[in-house]
Amino acid sequence: MIDYMKPYSFSDILNKWSSDLIQEIYEGINEDKILHALENDSLSIEDLIALLSPKAVPFLEKMAQKANQLTRWHFGRTISLYTPIYLSNLCASDCVYCYFASHSGIREKRVTLTEEQIREECIELSKKGIQTVLLLTGDAPNRVPVEYIEQAVRIAKEYFKSVNVEVYSMDEAHYAQLAHAGTEGVTLYMETYDKDTYDKVHLSGKKKDYLYRLDALERAGRTGIRRLTCGVLLGLSDWRFDVVWLALHAKYLEKTCWQSVISLSFPRLKHTPPRFKVPHLVNLEKLVQIITAMRLFLPYSPFNLSTRESAEVRDHLIPLGITSMSAGSSTRPGGYKVYQDTTTSQRPVLEQFEIDDHRTVEEVVSAIKAQGYDPVWVDFEPGFIKSL
Amino acid sequence: MEEINNTYLFDDPLIIAGRKFKSRLLIGTGKFPSAEALQKTIKASGTEIVTVALRRVDLKKPENDSILSVLNPKEILILPNTSGARTAEEALKLARIARSAGLEPWVKLELTPEPRYLLPDPIETLKAAELLIKDGFTVLPYIQADPILAKKLEELGTATVMPLGSPIGSNKGLKTKELIKIIIEQSNVPVVVDAGLGAPSHSAEAMEMGADAVLVNTALADAQDHEKMATAFRLATEAGRLAFRAGLGPQRDTAEASSPLTGFLFNSKNKS
Repeated sequence: MIDYMKPYSFSDILNKWSSDLIQEIYEGINEDKILHALENDSLSIEDLIALLSPKAVPFLEKMAQKANQLTRWHFGRTISLYTPIYLSNLCASDCVYCYFASHSGIREKRVTLTEEQIREECIELSKKGIQTVLLLTGDAPNRVPVEYIEQAVRIAKEYFKSVNVEVYSMDEAHYAQLAHAGTEGVTLYMETYDKDTYDKVHLSGKKKDYLYRLDALERAGRTGIRRLTCGVLLGLSDWRFDVVWLALHAKYLEKTCWQSVISLSFPRLKHTPPRFKVPHLVNLEKLVQIITAMRLFLPYSPFNLSTRESAEVRDHLIPLGITSMSAGSSTRPGGYKVYQDTTTSQRPVLEQFEIDDHRTVEEVVSAIKAQGYDPVWVDFEPGFIKSL
Repeated sequence: MEEINNTYLFDDPLIIAGRKFKSRLLIGTGKFPSAEALQKTIKASGTEIVTVALRRVDLKKPENDSILSVLNPKEILILPNTSGARTAEEALKLARIARSAGLEPWVKLELTPEPRYLLPDPIETLKAAELLIKDGFTVLPYIQADPILAKKLEELGTATVMPLGSPIGSNKGLKTKELIKIIIEQSNVPVVVDAGLGAPSHSAEAMEMGADAVLVNTALADAQDHEKMATAFRLATEAGRLAFRAGLGPQRDTAEASSPLTGFLFNSKNKS
């Protein structure tokens, strides 16, 4: 129960919204409740559950229409573009679904880019017009320390207007270091909010600490990071619960980190290492239901879609609530220049996951324009960062 | 049409900081689906002041930018805005970047620390206005419909005040009507109603109330036919202004007899 005598944490909210309670609400959903949710301007969690329920599937077109309208009101017909830069594929955590996991990818090469190599990657990407990047590492704080990431941010700032990071969860002081270096946003997926599943899929390493990860975005937000991106790995656990918890997390972050943009991603787990079979595959219809329901619940939140999805799927999802897309991505450190050539006989550098949209930046830009949307290269002014 | 334009627009210019504008419709440039759509909108709207979010444009390569590439600084005033800034210092930094890139030293001051409703921070706005004015900028601040804040900004020397009708992008119209009325009544600088105007009728309503100008963005950007919608907003803004100048009759809840019952008192033969 929430103790109102002290500021509550997100963990208290999660405890209140147990799977039993959510299940009970799902069981009471009927057509009237779905229609009510569709007509409402500001949705309650119960409304969101109505839209996520199996009974809402016949209303998908209505949800999509409303999602399209709300997104246009808040973002116009624009799609922001970003590209990931993988800095390292070293990992000290063992997560069964990930190719970077310490017990996975034995044959491929593990590397951490040097400063000079980071620079080479940046130069290559900036040639393509990219102005917003996301720097990524595995979960190896000892071998890829915060100071390394901080330096990478500073280098990337020389080439791009907006630099964001998707790295391991860290202490507030470390987030402050990254913020000070000029980081605009921090992306950190909880992977799953379901404690039992979380424990089962994270076999060892620092990432096994559920609560430390759960509160990480809030720690980042407290340091003034302007963009916090949350998400679940769709497929790990029953999405009808995970997505509700994700929505609660986004709402909680809106209130506690009220000056930060809270954005969401919808990564679908599709390709996994041989030892792990995706237990709750999310098909395209379900993905559409999730994105549109969440758009109705969070009309002003940026929604991101990565190249985990195919070109065709990404094009179809643009008008349904997506506001930001990655383009021309490689999920391998050095994938743009340093280790770009994969045809040589040497061991290939390990990639985090197989991407499904292989189009170039230019091709993605044309596809966005073809749908009547304006590609946005940057939506951030580096002058905002105090240290500069 | 042209003939009417000549008479009613030229003798009634909008004057901001000593500069004359024929059009009373200001336009925001966010959310447009393409450079072409923005260009059509600007042309059909007749606007002479276009605001641009500095964080969204590439001042170093304006020719490559989907917004800057369609703006001709000889025909329209490019009014840089500080959207995204959360503190007075950030706003000042942004305004200086725009000025050093060659834009005129005018700035639409937007301090919106909360990214969802983008409501303006009155405290930082007041601080920033002071810093910017000292630094030589002509300042047009986006504010809550707060009459006291409006007066304080005017005293600092802002060129206008720009109270919001309702939250940005909401299309809800003049939800702050009663407060905007007070601002208009008390203001010595032009009052530009900014944000939330979702339909031409909202623009007309603001102008009928005596606003000096309106600023519209989302309703124009999201139109299916950009040319038609921009024309509609232009006509509505002009219609509202004309009605204001013509002197609108008060609205009444009951009918008022046009033959008054006490008219006989004014009849000369009944005066004794």
